[in-house]
Amino acid sequence: MPEHDVASTPGMARPDSAEIHDDRRRTDSPAAPRPSRGTAAPPWLPFRHLDTLWLQVTGTLCNLRCTHCFISCGPENHSVSLMPKDQVLDALARAPGLGVRELYYTGGEPFLHPDIRLFIERGLEVAPVTVLTNGILITERQAEWLGALFGSCRYSLDIRISLDGLTAEQNDAVRGAGTFAKITRAVGRLAARGLVPAVAVTEVHEGMGAPEARLAFLELLRGRGCRSPRVKFLPVFRLGAQAERLGGYAEDERLAEGDLAPEEYASLQCSSARLLAADGVYPCPLLLGQPGTRMGSGLDDGLRDIRLAHGACVTCHLTGMTCRT
Amino acid sequence: MPLGFFGGIYNNHLALEATLERVHALGIEGRTWCLGDIGGFGPHPDHALELLRASGVPVVQGNYDYALGHGLGDCGCGYTDPRDNRYAAISYRYTRERTHPRHLPWLRDLPPVLRVEAGGRAILLCHGSPRRTNEFLWESTSPDGFLEWLCTAHGCDVLVCTHTGIPWTRRLDSGQRVINCGAIGRPANNGKTEVAFALYDPETDDCTFVPVAYDHERLAAEVLAEGLPAEFAETLTSGWWTSCLEVLPARERAAGQF
Ligand code: SF4
Ligand code: SF4
Repeated sequence: MPEHDVASTPGMARPDSAEIHDDRRRTDSPAAPRPSRGTAAPPWLPFRHLDTLWLQVTGTLCNLRCTHCFISCGPENHSVSLMPKDQVLDALARAPGLGVRELYYTGGEPFLHPDIRLFIERGLEVAPVTVLTNGILITERQAEWLGALFGSCRYSLDIRISLDGLTAEQNDAVRGAGTFAKITRAVGRLAARGLVPAVAVTEVHEGMGAPEARLAFLELLRGRGCRSPRVKFLPVFRLGAQAERLGGYAEDERLAEGDLAPEEYASLQCSSARLLAADGVYPCPLLLGQPGTRMGSGLDDGLRDIRLAHGACVTCHLTGMTCRT
Repeated sequence: MPLGFFGGIYNNHLALEATLERVHALGIEGRTWCLGDIGGFGPHPDHALELLRASGVPVVQGNYDYALGHGLGDCGCGYTDPRDNRYAAISYRYTRERTHPRHLPWLRDLPPVLRVEAGGRAILLCHGSPRRTNEFLWESTSPDGFLEWLCTAHGCDVLVCTHTGIPWTRRLDSGQRVINCGAIGRPANNGKTEVAFALYDPETDDCTFVPVAYDHERLAAEVLAEGLPAEFAETLTSGWWTSCLEVLPARERAAGQF
């Protein structure tokens, strides 16, 4: 497995120069020398600034076992453990000083963490918070609590719920029996409390990203009481459970120097995001647990340039995707 | 002496006219700036362009101005909702086809940022953010720590932007200030038909938003007469955004109707 965490000059929160103003005009070149394409070395991606701090609060623990989960989460997967309370609170305390723009809580299923409410409340004191959830644990009580917080918190609180089909048949084949009903009920509960949940759809089924399907998702959410439906579509990554089922990235599916368009140096999420998990820091949420991708144990270890050496980087390059909402 | 900042004209020549009258009444000509996006979903792009250029107000380049000036094929919004994409494409194509070619080099050469010194403060004017023309600085998703970093990294005491269409301002603990001057081209998704621009006094650090009423019914009629989507006209007469809502954070989205 190629190394992802090749050390480089520490790219500590380099301020952008004022004259760089539009990603269409960006011409930043990586800090490191660029070998010729013939050597097939993966491209360097300079670390720009920690805009988005991801916290893998529940590690790989989940109450579902989705067939496409890119980190193979499930009720028995303890390979990456829950983040200890102090680790999360320390990261939150550091966020303002690092100029962090937004916080994302993910897992696994974040609502399985016993301290999730504390994390959400404390997070919202320093930055907007998005929680990525499967919705199963959004009970009436939880929705009530989230609704009250949404109406009073200093920064925006966003709840993003995963749904993988327009029907129970479509969704449940991926996320498990009975989940369509539970997920759509959770969406309705949040909407009824004044929240504006976003629904994330991974394009596991053919045609899911087509205009008709997109309109159908918006209609489905309106039917569940969402006055302002929001949907985000995500490409499938051949990682984790998905890779086990259908195969992962081939050895030669890798980016090489010269593959990235100039604007990608700024638009790829890993130029401005890092994921902190119980076992250390990673370039992005997709690579948690992937061999050779861990950048170190603490947040500071992650604030540096990376090489885009993983097969998944090809999908990011081809689709332009970001895990942000 | 206060300074004036407005942005997001979106072809709304009537709101621009009313804004320039207000600027005149306040006696702040020569101390007022436009933060870009002259084109957009309104009618007759040349009306606003000519009015603005004749006014002598210095202009920062917006993403729309950049796209038009460089002859790009679209405004680059890339919405998930196919309807929003359609609306964005319609208004961009309309604006591109009706903008006189003599304006294009001017749009292309507008500066991406401007710097002003006043009252002992370094004021940085940009469209979206100083690091990216099309970055959105919303009130609910721009935390203090991030804004302090942004101001410091770009060497300013006061940062002024637009691009989101909803005005807000915040004084940071560091003493720095951020002003999003909102847009004069469409209402701020608040159910009011008037628009607003920012008035800032660098001596006292006071910032207020000046409401501007204009003949929005007439503009809505022009939108329809030009065959532009009825949703655009509806926004002008209702004060609620009806399209391109996807970019709104949850908090700002919840405050609207759609
Ligand atoms: S995709 Fe999400 S809900 Fe499904 S198993 Fe993975 S973490 Fe859990
Ligand atoms: S998988 Fe995507 S987000 Fe992660 S490091 Fe590679 S390019 Fe960046």
